[in-house]
Amino acid sequence: MRKIYADAKAALEGLTFDGMTVMSGGFGLCGIPENLIAGLKAAGVTGLTVISNNAGVDGFGLGQLLETRQIARMISSYVGENKEFERQYLAGELQLEFNPQGTLAERIRAGGAGIPAFFTATGVGTLVAEGKEVRNFDGRDYVMETALVADLAIVKAWKADERGNLVFRKTARNFNPMMATAGKVTVVEVEEIVPVGSLDPDNIHTPGVYVDRLFVGTFEKRIEQRTIRQHADA
Amino acid sequence: MPRTREQLAERAAQELQDGFYVNLGIGIPTLVANYIPAGMEVTLQSENGMLGMGPFPYDEDVDADLINAGKQTITEIPESAYFSSADSFAMIRGGHINLSILGAMEVAENGDIANWMIPGKLVKGMGGAMDLVAGVKRVVVVMEHANKHGQSKVLKACSLPLTGTGVVSRIITDLAVFDVKPDGAGLELIELANGVTLEEVAARTEATYTVSQSLKAAA
Repeated sequence: MRKIYADAKAALEGLTFDGMTVMSGGFGLCGIPENLIAGLKAAGVTGLTVISNNAGVDGFGLGQLLETRQIARMISSYVGENKEFERQYLAGELQLEFNPQGTLAERIRAGGAGIPAFFTATGVGTLVAEGKEVRNFDGRDYVMETALVADLAIVKAWKADERGNLVFRKTARNFNPMMATAGKVTVVEVEEIVPVGSLDPDNIHTPGVYVDRLFVGTFEKRIEQRTIRQHADA
Repeated sequence: MPRTREQLAERAAQELQDGFYVNLGIGIPTLVANYIPAGMEVTLQSENGMLGMGPFPYDEDVDADLINAGKQTITEIPESAYFSSADSFAMIRGGHINLSILGAMEVAENGDIANWMIPGKLVKGMGGAMDLVAGVKRVVVVMEHANKHGQSKVLKACSLPLTGTGVVSRIITDLAVFDVKPDGAGLELIELANGVTLEEVAARTEATYTVSQSLKAAA
């Protein structure tokens, strides 16, 4: 039970400092650690480098930390949904590094797996490869990409047991499992903590070894593009 | 008559084959899902971590934990599988996806593609596009033949920053279909849209290309 905390504030206690690097899970607004993002906002920590596939939307997700100017730099693959992001970036207040989405995922995976760098064909011959080592293997060029680690990984999972074994739900998994492995400290918010033995050991997505702190959050789960079909008889 | 968006999607669906695993890009490529021939087993991959994408949900079935790479709500089907972003791009980069159908701003006669940034305009990011063009076995571009200024998007060389080099196999536009021949051998015009002439394609295409024997015979 020693990994379990009351809430985001308690779980972040003693972990935050100005200028730190934070990995934040999620794809768009799906599977983002809503409670821990709010917790970082409340902690008032500034000068953050945030590694996250996207930057949230105005007023929600990482957009909340942009509004308060707590983020100095982002490493992302796509940031198109956020006007405040756009304003700060164009004003030179925010640094941005674009990574191809698969390269970003693999850099994080490599960071968690103790692999300092890898070669990928993604981005060869493009701006992404500029200034990086390119090497030919079996007749094809590959660019070297380095691993990413963070001072803190904030992760959203569906369920955890009391030892921090995690299960994700549907496409809310996305970047969360890799980020859980690549934080010097990993804090996880879940919808439910169940007793040890309640989860099938064969169906654990992230083993508890990667999880340092854990709490049950409350979730808005905002939807970015609610797209529906109509019943044929409607 | 130039093809409409729906007709472009319908033509692009002819690229599908039974048993294929396919990633569809945002925009016209997404519409291709509506034209999968009945009885054909095609599995759609969404790079945010899903194989076997179902249709959009009914209002009461919307699930915030279930979206596609365009962040639209979707549904699962019996054969669906979920996985992490790292696994998703392992299957893309590792060549396990048979076909990617993507939009583009520009395509060059050597198979270069540009579809992620315009210098001087705000750049939103490349998302998964660079991984898809580098890793998927076959890349087919579906796009309007000309940009909104009426300029050809099928070019001798791309002017915009590239997404990938020498990666496109086929270009389907509202006017025509071109194959990109391997090893830098250039473009071959293989189809005309209904009512479009060779002369019209010639007048509206900046790239150089050859015309297939069958089109010459039909002309």
